[in-house]
Amino acid sequence: MIGLNHYLIISGLLFAIGLVGVIRRRNLLMLFFATEIMLNAANIAFAAASYYYNDLAGQMFAFFIIAIAASEVAVGLGLLILIYKKHGTLDLDDLATMKG
Amino acid sequence: MMESLVYIALFTPLVSALFAGLFGMSQRQVFVGIVSSMLLFVSFIASALLAYHVATTGNSVSVTLMDWIVVANLSIPFGFVVDHVSVTMMVVVTLVSTVVHIYSIGYMDHDKSFNRFFSYLSAFVFSMMVLVMSDNFAGLFIGWEGVGVCSWLLIGFWYHKADAPREKNPSISPSWAANEAFIMNRIADLGMLIGLFILFWHTGSLQYDVVFAQIPELPSIVLTLAAIALFIGAMGKSAQFPLHTWLTDAMEGPTPVSALIHAATMVTAGVFLVIRAYPLFELTPEVSYFIAALGTFVAFFAASMALVNRDLKRIIAFSTLSQLGYMFAAAGLGAYWIALFHLAAHAFFKALLFLGGGNVMHAMHDELDIFKMGGLKKYMKWTHVYMFLASLSLAGIPIFAGFFSKDAIIETAFNEGTLVLWSILVLTAGMTAFYSFRQIFLTFWGDERHNIEHPHEMYKFALVAMSPLALLAVIAGWFKNDFNSFVINLLPNYEMSEHTHHLVWYLGAIVLAFALAGIILAWVKYGKGLKRNEKVENRFVYKLLANQYYIPQIYEALISKPYAELSKFLWKKVDMRIVDAIVDGIANFIYTTGDEMRKMQTGNLSHYLNWMAGGAVFLLIFAGLLSMLG
Repeated sequence: MIGLNHYLIISGLLFAIGLVGVIRRRNLLMLFFATEIMLNAANIAFAAASYYYNDLAGQMFAFFIIAIAASEVAVGLGLLILIYKKHGTLDLDDLATMKG
Repeated sequence: MMESLVYIALFTPLVSALFAGLFGMSQRQVFVGIVSSMLLFVSFIASALLAYHVATTGNSVSVTLMDWIVVANLSIPFGFVVDHVSVTMMVVVTLVSTVVHIYSIGYMDHDKSFNRFFSYLSAFVFSMMVLVMSDNFAGLFIGWEGVGVCSWLLIGFWYHKADAPREKNPSISPSWAANEAFIMNRIADLGMLIGLFILFWHTGSLQYDVVFAQIPELPSIVLTLAAIALFIGAMGKSAQFPLHTWLTDAMEGPTPVSALIHAATMVTAGVFLVIRAYPLFELTPEVSYFIAALGTFVAFFAASMALVNRDLKRIIAFSTLSQLGYMFAAAGLGAYWIALFHLAAHAFFKALLFLGGGNVMHAMHDELDIFKMGGLKKYMKWTHVYMFLASLSLAGIPIFAGFFSKDAIIETAFNEGTLVLWSILVLTAGMTAFYSFRQIFLTFWGDERHNIEHPHEMYKFALVAMSPLALLAVIAGWFKNDFNSFVINLLPNYEMSEHTHHLVWYLGAIVLAFALAGIILAWVKYGKGLKRNEKVENRFVYKLLANQYYIPQIYEALISKPYAELSKFLWKKVDMRIVDAIVDGIANFIYTTGDEMRKMQTGNLSHYLNWMAGGAVFLLIFAGLLSMLG
C-alpha cells in the first residue's frame, strides 16, 4: 500500500536532486530546470498531504505554484535570452562580473 | 536700599570682568582698564557705605538672591550676609583691588594681553566677594574655588614663557607655577569638602547660623574631625606648611596679581575661614592649639627662608607666608578679632610693598635679584618712601599699622601662657625686621650694582593710586580700639589678663628691641652696599635656607617623580596593554572577520546559491536541534 510517507520521500528525493542541481550546475538554463524540479517536489508534497488530510487547500496551493512557476519561466527565459545575446554564454563562471 | 548696595558691591566686579572680557582678544585699550577700575571703585564705595551702615546700626544685612539647590531636605540658597566680619573683608578687598586695578593700568602698559588681565583681575574680585559675603559654606566654597581658578589664570598669565631648570628659576615657569598652585589647592580643597560633608551630615544644613547653632550639641569627635578637615582647606589656600611651596612660586604672575591675590586677599581666605567658623574652633581646643602652633612654626620657618633669599618678590612672598602664620597663631589662640585686624593691616602694607616691588621691577627691566640692584633711592624717590613705610609697618615699628596688630598677636601668645610660641614669635619679629630692611637697603641704598642707564620711576598716577595704601599702612593701627568694638559685635572679644596688662610695656619693649636689632643688623650688613662673603654663603645653613630647606626638591623626589613614574606605568602597562588592548582587540576581530567574509562575495551566482543552500541546511538543522532539545 502506498501511503503518505512514500510520496513525501519521493518529494524529498526530487527536492534533493533539484538542490544538488542548483548547487552543482553552472549553466543558467540548467539552474532553471533544477528550480523547476524543486518546485514540483513541493507540489507533490502538497498534493499528497491534501489528499491524506482531505483538504483541498493543498491542491489549490499546488496550482498556484504551477501558475507562478509558469510565469517565472516566461520572464526568466526572456532574461536568459537577453543575457545570452549580450554575453554569448550562459555559464555562471563566465558571468561573474560583480566580484567584491 | 541696603539690599541694592549689597548687590552693587557684589556684582560690579562681575560686570567689570565681563566688560573687560569682551575686549579680551583685542588690542590693548586703556579705557578697559579705566572702566574696570571705576567699577571696582563703585564696589568699594558700596562696601564702605555698607560698613558705615553696619557700624552705625549694628545690624547685619542679609539678602537671598535665589534658591540654588533644593533637593529633599537639602536647601542651599544663594544668600549673602554683610555683617561685621564680612564687611571688614569687603572693604579691604575692594579697596586693595581698586588700587591694584588703577596701578595695573600703568604696570601692564606694555603687555599685549592688557584687556584680558583686567578681566581676570575683576573676576578674581568677584569670586573673593562671593567667598566673604556668602551666608553658607556652599557659597563660600564656590568663591573659594573661584579665587583658585582666577589665581591659576593670573599666575599663568604669561603662559608662553618657556620652562627653565629649577637651578636657574626655582619656580620653573608661569604655567608650571600656576599648575602647582592649583593642584596644591585641590589637595587642600578635598579636606575642606570633607569638612563640609561632616558638618552637613550632622546638622543637615550648610547655613552658618544653623550649623553654628547646632554644633554645641554634637559629639566632640565629630567637631574635631570637622575642624581638622576645614583647617586643611585653610592650610591650602593660606599656604601653610606643608602646602606652602606654591605661594612663592606664584610670584611668576604679574606683580599686581601678587599684591592683590598672593598677599592681600586670597591667601588670607584661610584665616577668614577660621575666623568665620570660630564657634567650631572654639569648641575644639586641641585643633585650635595645633593651628596656633603650626602658625607660629610657619611664621618662623618662612621668615628664616626670607633671610637669605635674593629674589625681590620671593622675599615679600615669604614674608606674606610668615605673616599668615602670625594670623593663624592669633586665631588658634582664640584672638579672632586680632587675627582679623592683622589680616586687614597686613593687606594694606603688604600690597603696598608688592606694588613698590613692581615699580622696582619696572625700573630694572624685570630683574628681580636684589644683589644686582642698589642705590635706587635717588631715582625712585616715592617708591622708596612707600616701601620704607611698608617695611616699617611690617617690622612692627610703633605708630605704624603692623606694630599694633602684630604686637597684639605676640601679646596674645604671652597671655595664653604659651611661652614657647611667644618666644618664637618674638624672634620672628626680629627676623622680619631684618629681612625687610635687608631688602630695602639692598634695593634702594648703598652702591649701584645694576647697569641700567637711568632707572625710571613709575607713572605718576600709579604712585598716586598707591597713596591710600601708604596712608593706611601708617595709620590703620590707630583704629585698633574702634575696630575691636566694631567686630566684637560678632566675634568673641579677647582681652589681655590683668597680669599681661601690667607687663604690656615690657613685652612691647622686648618685641621692639628685637625689631630694632633686626633693622640695625640689616643696616650694618647691607646699609653701605653689598659685601658678599663667600664663606657665609657656602655654609650649610645658608644653603639650606636659600634652597627653601630643599623642600621643593624633596617634594619632587618623593611625590612628583614617583607619581609621574606611577602614571607612566599605568599608561604603558595598564592602559596600553590591558584597556587599550581589549578595545583594539574587539575592533580588530570585527575588522578581520569582515575582511574574511568579504571573500564570499565572488560575483559568481553559483557560489551564492551554495552559500544559500548551506545556510538553509544550517537553519534547518538548528531548528531541528531546537525542537528536539526544547
